[in-house]
Amino acid sequence: MQIFPRSLNLLPLVAAVALAVGGGVVTFIVAYYFSYWNTQVGYAPVQPVPFSHRLHAGQLGMDCRYCHANVERSPEAMIPPTQTCMGCHSVVRTESAALAPVRESWETGQPIEWVRVHNLPDHAYFDHSIHLSIGVGCATCHGRIDQMEVVTNQTPLSMSWCLDCHRNPEPNLRPVSEITNMAWEREEGEEIEYARYALPPETCSGCHR
Amino acid sequence: MAGSKPIRELGEGYLATPGTSFHDVTEIVSRVTETKAPRGWWILFGIAVSITGLLGATLAYLLWTGIGVWGNNSPVAWAWDITNFVWWIGIGHAGTLISAVLFLFRQYWRTAINRFSEAMTIFAVICALMFPTIHTGRPWHIYYPLPIPNGMNIWPNFKSPLLWDVFAVSTYFTVSLLFWYVGLIPDFATLRDRTKNKVRQLVYGFLALGWRGSNRHWSNYERSYLILAALSTPLVLSVHSVVSFDFATSVEPGWHTTIFPPYFVAGAVFSGFAMVMTLLLIARTVFNLHDLVQMRHLEMMNKIILTTGSLVGYAYAMEFFIAWYSGNPYERYVFLNRAFGDYWWAYWSMITCNVLVPQTYWFRSLRTNLPWMFVASILVNIGMWFERFVIIVTTLHRDYLPSSWGNFSPTIVDWTTYLGSIGLFFTLFLLFIRWIPMIAIAEVKMVLPQADPHAEDHHDDHEHAPAVRGPAVMKTGEA
Repeated sequence: MQIFPRSLNLLPLVAAVALAVGGGVVTFIVAYYFSYWNTQVGYAPVQPVPFSHRLHAGQLGMDCRYCHANVERSPEAMIPPTQTCMGCHSVVRTESAALAPVRESWETGQPIEWVRVHNLPDHAYFDHSIHLSIGVGCATCHGRIDQMEVVTNQTPLSMSWCLDCHRNPEPNLRPVSEITNMAWEREEGEEIEYARYALPPETCSGCHR
Repeated sequence: MAGSKPIRELGEGYLATPGTSFHDVTEIVSRVTETKAPRGWWILFGIAVSITGLLGATLAYLLWTGIGVWGNNSPVAWAWDITNFVWWIGIGHAGTLISAVLFLFRQYWRTAINRFSEAMTIFAVICALMFPTIHTGRPWHIYYPLPIPNGMNIWPNFKSPLLWDVFAVSTYFTVSLLFWYVGLIPDFATLRDRTKNKVRQLVYGFLALGWRGSNRHWSNYERSYLILAALSTPLVLSVHSVVSFDFATSVEPGWHTTIFPPYFVAGAVFSGFAMVMTLLLIARTVFNLHDLVQMRHLEMMNKIILTTGSLVGYAYAMEFFIAWYSGNPYERYVFLNRAFGDYWWAYWSMITCNVLVPQTYWFRSLRTNLPWMFVASILVNIGMWFERFVIIVTTLHRDYLPSSWGNFSPTIVDWTTYLGSIGLFFTLFLLFIRWIPMIAIAEVKMVLPQADPHAEDHHDDHEHAPAVRGPAVMKTGEA
């Protein structure tokens, strides 16, 4: 007596195909969405003030260090305080509705609650100043901020992304004089004399102090 | 010596009650899965499931609160967690030894107990695998030791024996499961063919993978079984050696010992056989398996327990000898501390259970005494638990720096974790007994006298040489 229908002869084939396809799909999903490869790319939260980097850094041509003043000296790049904003906006566009939270902050003394876009876990001690002093430009890691209406994260900020550069930094280095030049591109065959070329750390103590 | 009586060989004689037919074997084994479970089974199952529930609650508490709920402390950072891990892994080793090593040595008496012990292996390894996972402080990162390409560009460190543990134990589990399953295919087919129940037909039919018992099936089956046995044998020796490397590769006096790999394997076989004995004696009585599991099987197992127990005893003596002979004050102190320190009771329990108890098996009367072998098998497993406890805790609690000396005492959570793992083991084991033929039907039939193609002309042909892969069962000349 037959227990199973004849069509069940297809089961091994179906199972093999399902395993291969299913395995591939699961691998892709896990590798892409659950890994640290790409989880942060494209993150663009809504900010309390619709600050436009395109207007300030792009069209007005402000240097990055006007607002993020300490990036060359401090591990942490500062978000400018309300005072920096009011340096201009106490006389420019004083009635703008979009700037109401800035004026309110100025009056009350409460800081503006910006939403952090590039967020490393606190067991990774990233240092801005060292990267700038050896000639890593802002655009290399943050993308063309001067063209962003709203800041989005352009890079994975994953450990593999960091290590790829630490193991082979040269393609991402530029003259220190050009670090804040968003549009800078290396010319064909251009030899760059690096001001101070340090060997980037690849060991744990480099970042996970 | 033409005309003389055949030479008696080890294992010669009936392996089943004389007169047991092929059909009897099928009936005895299949009946257990086809009739309603006896009340005793339900009682035991209820107890086992309750204890497994306790394990679940314990693990939830452990994960939520942290491993600080155990008694482990800074000098003694490994205690019951690793003790239980090594203990369970050790118990699992007898299964593979019986299935694979005895198969390679053509020990036909293994047929009555191999299914049983393979199941025991698998369930013991499941219990064992739990401990390396839960004893970490952050079990949710337990996949980090797996060499998977990842967004962090980091890989496990292949120099650590704890990583080898991951590979050893997971390979061991996989191969044991395959070996067990390959052995089960013909028996699933038997269950499939006997039942009229549609669901059982579908389930067992699916598990039997279309087994028809053709000549071609059997020859492939035998070949794959042999290959798996030959693969499992080095595996079983290496897995527990790898487990022993966790200790032997360290620099701790009392751990840094080259005798550990063979000594741990001997201990594993020792405790594993004892566990098989405990379970087998119960199942044999409850399910009336006396026709297939005879006293000679039990006696053979006791002989192996005696052998490995003596090996373990030798290792204990040799450790002490080397501690004195090395002239290393730390090592000398560690062993004096084991025998006369704070944990002297654990050490002497270990010596009593592991060295003295098996030595009673030199006497045939005790080797064939059912109550004694039941008690002894339990004592051996208690002793082997103490062995791991002694090795781990007495080494850690007193080592190089006296300022880092401290004692270990278990908490209630240590207890419930350990008891819970036993509950999990018995839950799985009781389910196995009810749903899977617990004796290899096909293999037992191979060793019955009537499977011997020369069984008929046995009486008049005394010079007949036994077939290479034939039944071990022959009437001896004196019969």
